[in-house]
Amino acid sequence: MDKPLNNRAWLLVAPVLVIVMFSALLPMMTVVNYSVQDLMGVNNFFWNGDSWFRDLLNPGTEIGARFADALARNLAFSFTALLIEVPLGIAVALCLPRQGWTVGAALVLMALPMLIPWNVVGTMWQIFSRADIGLFGAALTGLGLHYNVTQDAVSAWCTIVVIDVWHWTPLVVLLSYAGLRAIPDAFYQAARIDGASRWAIFVNIELPKLQKVLVIAILLRFMQTFMIYTEPFVVTGGGPGSATTFLSIDLVKIALGQVDVGSAASMSLVYNLITITLCWVFFTIMTQIDRRKGA
Amino acid sequence: MRATVLPRIGLAAYLVVLMLPIYWLVNLSLRSNEDIMSGLSLWPHHPSLGRYFFIFNDPTWVHAFGVSLTYVAINTVISVTVALPAAYAFNRYHFVGDKHLFFWLLTNLMAPTAVYAMPFFNLYYALGLFDTVWAVALAHCLFNVPVAVWILEGFVSGVPREIDETAAIDGYSFPRFFVRIFLPLIANGVGVTAFFCFMFSWVEQLLATTLTATTALPFAAVMTRSYSAAGMDWSLLAAAGVLTMIPGAVVIWFVRRHIAKGFALGRV
Repeated sequence: MDKPLNNRAWLLVAPVLVIVMFSALLPMMTVVNYSVQDLMGVNNFFWNGDSWFRDLLNPGTEIGARFADALARNLAFSFTALLIEVPLGIAVALCLPRQGWTVGAALVLMALPMLIPWNVVGTMWQIFSRADIGLFGAALTGLGLHYNVTQDAVSAWCTIVVIDVWHWTPLVVLLSYAGLRAIPDAFYQAARIDGASRWAIFVNIELPKLQKVLVIAILLRFMQTFMIYTEPFVVTGGGPGSATTFLSIDLVKIALGQVDVGSAASMSLVYNLITITLCWVFFTIMTQIDRRKGA
Repeated sequence: MRATVLPRIGLAAYLVVLMLPIYWLVNLSLRSNEDIMSGLSLWPHHPSLGRYFFIFNDPTWVHAFGVSLTYVAINTVISVTVALPAAYAFNRYHFVGDKHLFFWLLTNLMAPTAVYAMPFFNLYYALGLFDTVWAVALAHCLFNVPVAVWILEGFVSGVPREIDETAAIDGYSFPRFFVRIFLPLIANGVGVTAFFCFMFSWVEQLLATTLTATTALPFAAVMTRSYSAAGMDWSLLAAAGVLTMIPGAVVIWFVRRHIAKGFALGRV
């Protein structure tokens, strides 16, 4: 595991560094700039200190309350989605046979939703959930449910969750399946000799071996749901009211809709900081698992 | 017997539910608007490819499809090319700041694209790249370069270090070793990485629409624009939607054997 120390490796990393500097650091500095300035007239910026941040983080102000609400809404959405997608994904992965042509076909079909442009996913579900021409909407209305995406907050919220589950559970399936395939047959044979039940095999053999891929799955899924924009934008536009206004939607509304550059910039930075902090937690857990396995 | 039948049924049920929204889109795309509005029907009674031909014959749509494929291709080539040496460096060497750098790369992956929409607009406008395929291709490097480094690093770790040492003893220079010996060994990884870059660039729309106006408008954006302009042409919308799935379906066919490993970031 000992890697040689070689600082010339920086040369190999340099191209990545240049391109990421250009496409991430440079724009980020513009955001930092905006976040500490205010605009008077056209292109007449002046120093505004930390007041954008103070307003944003104080739930007493209008923008603060709005941010706190969007954050709470987004966290609730992320956890709901994860709570459904992870168990469902594992369950489907367990149903996949270990070999045969069905595996390849099933995997290709499952990857298909992930390869559709996100606004097309939105449009597709916009159609699918309409009561007049969509199967989903018509079926729910036919069952006597009060279902209306554009009018009813509960319907809108549930639809976004259903879309996310439809769109991204395959990712969890693929990851779990890759993890399951990596378990040697000997483990299962040993379990069979011991007369272990299906449940015991799952809890004692499969779940521990899936730990690593599940951390990746949860990390990716959490980040994607935390940054969700296009699907709710197309399907509900953040409404009705603000029922599905998640952080990214709110941010774009403030930045491009209201052209409130200072608030938007400070919100961007806080938003980014939250995702990075959570990312760091997951990253630490992942490397810890790696280390324990290496030991 | 029961132990093998039950999972099969579960899998089949899941796949049917998964395919339903896609099937519905295909179904609508084959029907005329009057037919669609006249009521639900589980399959097209008078299937017609009319809307598809309409799209193929309209230069705006065809051009936009080419634009989408072009920026995706440029982005994939850039991302994979710069990520390859970096992935090798991260896996094989310690160097000052390596862990911090790797983490910093990952944080870009986690940056909400909405955060970047406005600064990107300013940046590419100032550079004169606004409304070109290059703007979108470069902007998508924001998340595709870190993704590529991450996945490739996983695949590089699967190649034993002894191979590097043997090649060095045999007198291979580093560039020659890298291209002649190392690259063929991780060819699968390169393919899978290219697939992922393709996928993330193809599906991303927020930046792609922010950075373009007319000449470099992506296909999926023409689609959203067309329905606000011409009322609700459901049939056309559905046909365009179906067309956006085709490149993905084609590409995935090539990597079907390695896709599960790719999604595990080469780490299983």
